[in-house]
Amino acid sequence: MSTLIELENLSVRFGKRTILDQLTCSLSGRAIGLLGPNGAGKSTLINTLLGFHKPAGGTAHVLGFDIRTGEQQIRTLAGYMPENDSFIANMTAVAFIRYMAELSGLPSEPALERAHEALFYVGLGEARYRKLGTYSLGMKQLAKLAQAIVHGPKLVILDEPTNGLDPPARQRMIRLIKEMKESGEVHIVLCSHLLRDVEETCDEVLILNRGRIVHYSNLEEERRANRRFVELETVGDQAPFAVALEKLGCECALSGHGRIKMVMSDGVDIRDIYRVAAERDMQLRRLNYRRDSLEDIFLKAIDAPGGK
Amino acid sequence: MAIYKRTYRAYAGQLTPTWSRSWILTRYAWKYLFRSRVMTGFFSLCFVPALIMGVGLYLNHSDSLLRLLRFPPGRPLISDFPLYFRTFVTIQCSFAIILTAFAAPTLISPDLTNNALPLFFCRPISRAEYVFGKFCVIAWLVSLMTWVPGLLLFGIEAGLSGPVWAWNNLWLANAIFFGAMGYVLILSFLGLALSAWVKWKPIAGALVLGTFFLGTGFGAAINAIMRTTNGYYIDISHMIHTVWAALFRDAGFEAGVPVVGAVIQLLAVCALCLWLLSRKIRAFEVVR
Repeated sequence: MSTLIELENLSVRFGKRTILDQLTCSLSGRAIGLLGPNGAGKSTLINTLLGFHKPAGGTAHVLGFDIRTGEQQIRTLAGYMPENDSFIANMTAVAFIRYMAELSGLPSEPALERAHEALFYVGLGEARYRKLGTYSLGMKQLAKLAQAIVHGPKLVILDEPTNGLDPPARQRMIRLIKEMKESGEVHIVLCSHLLRDVEETCDEVLILNRGRIVHYSNLEEERRANRRFVELETVGDQAPFAVALEKLGCECALSGHGRIKMVMSDGVDIRDIYRVAAERDMQLRRLNYRRDSLEDIFLKAIDAPGGK
Repeated sequence: MAIYKRTYRAYAGQLTPTWSRSWILTRYAWKYLFRSRVMTGFFSLCFVPALIMGVGLYLNHSDSLLRLLRFPPGRPLISDFPLYFRTFVTIQCSFAIILTAFAAPTLISPDLTNNALPLFFCRPISRAEYVFGKFCVIAWLVSLMTWVPGLLLFGIEAGLSGPVWAWNNLWLANAIFFGAMGYVLILSFLGLALSAWVKWKPIAGALVLGTFFLGTGFGAAINAIMRTTNGYYIDISHMIHTVWAALFRDAGFEAGVPVVGAVIQLLAVCALCLWLLSRKIRAFEVVR
């Protein structure tokens, strides 16, 4: 897969404050999550990629274009949904989205057509002739999403898209992001401090803290790897059961109260565990895949020495 | 992304040329401005003087009509064309101030109030193009009511008086164009700068008027108290009239300041406005 975003010692300073400190990484996922506590530098990184802030050092490439020299090309290919309320209150949604589409380079007629389509797509079709100033917070978020996708960008950057949304509105936003990702026509960069949003939508995560990358994780690979870790709760004699499992090539650790943690070797299936347990007359009360939640990954990254 | 399908679809059609993007800003701003009946009415009213002065030019060449209106025979209705055209430019520029006070606050302040600038600048449009697009809103409006009808009047007079008059008075066309264009620049930049810095529209409009009228008042007060003519330097109107007097070859105008000084002062005002705009027109305000 070609690289979507490449950071090369990217540094950004506001006055004497270093906001981003020599970030280096390469991201190529269909949906990339930018995580970090408040003030970590997530929004600054997005703004720098869009050319709003000039790098103090290093550079970055977005869709193959250098942010120092290819600002216009990046902006042509990207759509951006800002975190805060951004719209023109006394315009109707359709007029506003059309305006944004025209500014992105669409001729007037296709811009109008796509404005209608984008508003229907995000679920604001019935309210498209209402002035944006009269919209609820959830509707404004959807309108912001519509303006970000109206010109059919190759990359959509979403800055805290579920901020202030009630659970149904949040679900709707997440579903839209997933749909866009699954369409295969657009890459998504989702910036959020809500781990659940990122976990539900993204397949790569970059965790920032205090302007530094503290963790990069490919969630798909993590999920796949986690499927080899199993936690068992048993009743019966643990020791011979563990020995039998080890003979299959698994690594086992007994943690008392009938609990066993094990790493399954390649070629070993869950059914093998049940078979061995049946042979040893062991009762399996519980079997869990260990699942490092994004929260675990996030907390580990933030608590790591480099993270603090 | 057809409506019935409701799926995400990338855009594969043609794109407009990059240079035309700032025109979109102008077009939308005009559309918004002319939604107001007051604005449309006032803008139409601004062409009445041009119409009257055009009729005046025609009457000047129509002895029969002048006789009908009982004008003394043998005496032309218009004898001093520089004064005639300068009066026209002065009237139109006075209208232009009011128009700018009405139109300029609707240009940038709503974008700032609604925090819409990131949405503009995340698209392939630069800050300079944004300012240029908004600048054109005022510049074209004021042009349409100042030098465009001015040159049209000159053309009418040239048509009625013949090519010799036109050739001999070509400098008048230059004076109309450059005199009005100077005013267009000042008004546009001033209007934009105030719109960018003052979010409340009525106050921004009042400040546009105040810059001209209060400047005149303060300038006169400084001149009177300090017994100097340096007070004119804060009087934008006087500076413009000084330049106009030079352009229309009015030797009787008491400028009080050299023409070069007036031009430099006006350029400094434009530069100040551009600096103010550059400070404010940003996708995000960075707190250092």
